[in-house]
Amino acid sequence: MWTWFYKLASPPYVYGVAAALVPWFLGGAALALGYGLIAGLAIAPPDYQQGQAFRMIYVHVPSALLSLTVYTVMAAASAVALIWRIKVGHAVAAAAAPIGASFTILALVTGSLWGRPMWGTYWAWDPRLTSELILLFLYVGVMSLRSAFEDPSRGDRAAALLATVGVVNVPIVHFSVVWWNSLHQGATIVKLGAPSMPGSMLWPLLSMWLGFMLFFAAVLCIRLQGEVLNRERQSTWVREAVKP
Amino acid sequence: MMSGSFWAMGGYARYVWPCFGFSFVVLVWNLWAARRLRAAAHLRARRAAEMATMAAVDGS
Repeated sequence: MWTWFYKLASPPYVYGVAAALVPWFLGGAALALGYGLIAGLAIAPPDYQQGQAFRMIYVHVPSALLSLTVYTVMAAASAVALIWRIKVGHAVAAAAAPIGASFTILALVTGSLWGRPMWGTYWAWDPRLTSELILLFLYVGVMSLRSAFEDPSRGDRAAALLATVGVVNVPIVHFSVVWWNSLHQGATIVKLGAPSMPGSMLWPLLSMWLGFMLFFAAVLCIRLQGEVLNRERQSTWVREAVKP
Repeated sequence: MMSGSFWAMGGYARYVWPCFGFSFVVLVWNLWAARRLRAAAHLRARRAAEMATMAAVDGS
């Protein structure tokens, strides 16, 4: 197990694995998103209360879950980089941050669009919405901090520290609907017990979730290749890898 | 061919379609930006390699 872990600390190994995985992740994402879109938009029945408006769940929930997943990945990579001084950890965190920020914006925008017809407002200072907005500020903070230092290694360490400490917000976002009174509905899938949806609505949602996760993995691998090349461009292996 | 009622989304079309449209934009942007970052890094690394080769030739 440790051999595998130490291999992941090697930039050439990570670069090669990331390059090999991209087409598989993109292919899987295309299949999962294709099925999820068709089944979610055209096959799943309308909700008995929300009618056709509920179909926004097929992009809102996967993007919201992804915003939390990406932050957790970024924080874990940052912690690994801080504790074991593994430079690839900083590269993974730097690659994940803009992806996570974009999916947090997507979750907030799709939530607003869903909130208008259901709650009568695009925005409310509700615990779930506010904690998700704080998550976006954390992403922006981590990205800004990384580029705020002239010495890149100091920027990496400062960003890693903020990312690691900020992970405390992830359970706050998830459990905000349980801990406080909220306009937002409770958990639908990620909870103890069976999901509170019939299969005809649930399977397209799970497929979209899988598609978003695979898409994230593909984009992370592409960005990670770029980050590794940028950080290692004086190395002999990079000179060999980029030879025309 | 999709029927008019499909596009109308039960009267929620002006919320549902922008929601899916913006999601599409975010997915496309992510892929485009990631590929652009990798291409730029590749170019920088190649230039660094060429500079190193030229320096080695000059030195010899």
